Amino acid sequence: MKVKKLEDGVYQLDVKGYVCPHPQLYTMKTLEKIKSGDILEVVFDNPSSEESITALCNKEGHEIVEKRSDGGTFVYRIKKA
Amino acid sequence: MADDSDRKRMFWAFSILGLMLIVSLWYYSVHPVYMYIVTYLWFGVAYGLLLQWGRFCFASAWRDLIAIGVTRMFVGIMIAMAVFSIIMAILAEYRLSTFHPGPLGPHELIGGLIFGIGMVLAGGCASGTLYKIGEGNGTSVIALTTMIFGQAIFVDIGGWFDQLLRNYIFPRPAFTMAEKLYGTKQPGLAKMLIADSLINTIIPIILLFIFAYVVVARKGIMRQIVQQKASAAADGEVKTTFSDELRGFWYMITASKRTTIAGVLIGIIAGFHVLAMQNLRYKFGIGNFGHALKALGLSGVSARGTVFDPGYWYITTQEAQVGGWVLHKLGWNMMDNIYFGMSNGLPDPWWNPALLMSVGIIFGAMVMALLNKEFKLKKPTKELALWGFLGGVFMGVGARVALGCNIGAFYIRVAGGDPGGWLFFLGMGGGALVAVRFMNWWSERKLKAADIDIEIE
Repeated sequence: MKVKKLEDGVYQLDVKGYVCPHPQLYTMKTLEKIKSGDILEVVFDNPSSEESITALCNKEGHEIVEKRSDGGTFVYRIKKA
Repeated sequence: MADDSDRKRMFWAFSILGLMLIVSLWYYSVHPVYMYIVTYLWFGVAYGLLLQWGRFCFASAWRDLIAIGVTRMFVGIMIAMAVFSIIMAILAEYRLSTFHPGPLGPHELIGGLIFGIGMVLAGGCASGTLYKIGEGNGTSVIALTTMIFGQAIFVDIGGWFDQLLRNYIFPRPAFTMAEKLYGTKQPGLAKMLIADSLINTIIPIILLFIFAYVVVARKGIMRQIVQQKASAAADGEVKTTFSDELRGFWYMITASKRTTIAGVLIGIIAGFHVLAMQNLRYKFGIGNFGHALKALGLSGVSARGTVFDPGYWYITTQEAQVGGWVLHKLGWNMMDNIYFGMSNGLPDPWWNPALLMSVGIIFGAMVMALLNKEFKLKKPTKELALWGFLGGVFMGVGARVALGCNIGAFYIRVAGGDPGGWLFFLGMGGGALVAVRFMNWWSERKLKAADIDIEIE
């Protein structure tokens, strides 16, 4: 698990290789730590986390501004509410 | 490049299906009775396709509800069970069901608790572990391996599991809600639907939905509804009404269309599976596939002449049989216990009907993952390997104590009218709560330890 700052207000959480519940759990905890309006880019390759992270964002009111997937790797950019 | 990789994925997906078709024809060429095994295989494929497509994992039902407040899988499995319960009631009334209730007792709660811890650690329930192997997940391979051997060793070592079965579990009452309320297994279709489907399954599901809505989902959903109403209101003043609550409740149920659709389809497929197996039993004149194996002169049947042949969706016992079979071949007598020796037998894996269903789940999920561009080989880290190892052991032990897993001890049982399935579900929730607390602590610790270049609010 790696968290890094890509630029001001933009962070990346890399949870490739992790199975449930880790990707959604780390996403929730990292979102709790950043500021409202900041972007969190989550990189994961556990397909079932896709639905859970989407549901988590819907529930908390965070906006998923971009969804990409390639070869089993997913990249979600989430704007914190 | 993208086109090449797409072609490769398609090639592998259809090669897997083609190979299974060839294997099916081979079984038929050996003896027509092996269509029984082939039927298990293809229902396994159907489950695997749907489990992967719907990301359908019973572990996430409790875990995501507790850990991140997400209800989608909790809702999904309940919908699958409600649909299945209606089909099961109809099949049971017309003697087309293979279902039998299990002994009712605290072992279901305790087994569920142990299983619940395991499924959170392993990152998937018993069926989820299989479909995640189909996605290329190495952690799930470790969990399956320890679940296989953990169960086999657990049921044989020390002889205490025999004592538990003989003295505490087998003497306990086993009944469906219809039997309890009407004193007969076939009280008529309307009564069957009321007892087994409505009272035992659908009403508890509605109560659980209300619990999930009020305790977990309502706050977030109502915030969205208030925002929508506020933007529409001229003065920005908003009052929520009972119809907003009903809208919110419906939103919770339909929030993940993929999960809901998968739930409905899995319920229907599980119903057809029961119907198909019972019809094949009538066709071949067997009550259990062990009778066919014995008639063909094959080894591995139990002292009663049976093998594990549930006639419906099941996961863990056929996996335990693999462990038992391997250890037996290595010289450890695994047929001197009740579980294998008296009941489930240890047939060669290729003649093990339920095992082919598990194989089907893995390959069905693999096909869907390939078609969806989601197949990826994932080597586990040391940390995940440890969680997978422990999770598999816990799931295996829990499943044996409860006489089944999230499918055999919960999904099938509740939908079949057996109230004991709910004890397993509650136990699973308790176990998930314990394991989620641990995982929360663990992930906080890791986040603190990580070199995070982040300004924390």
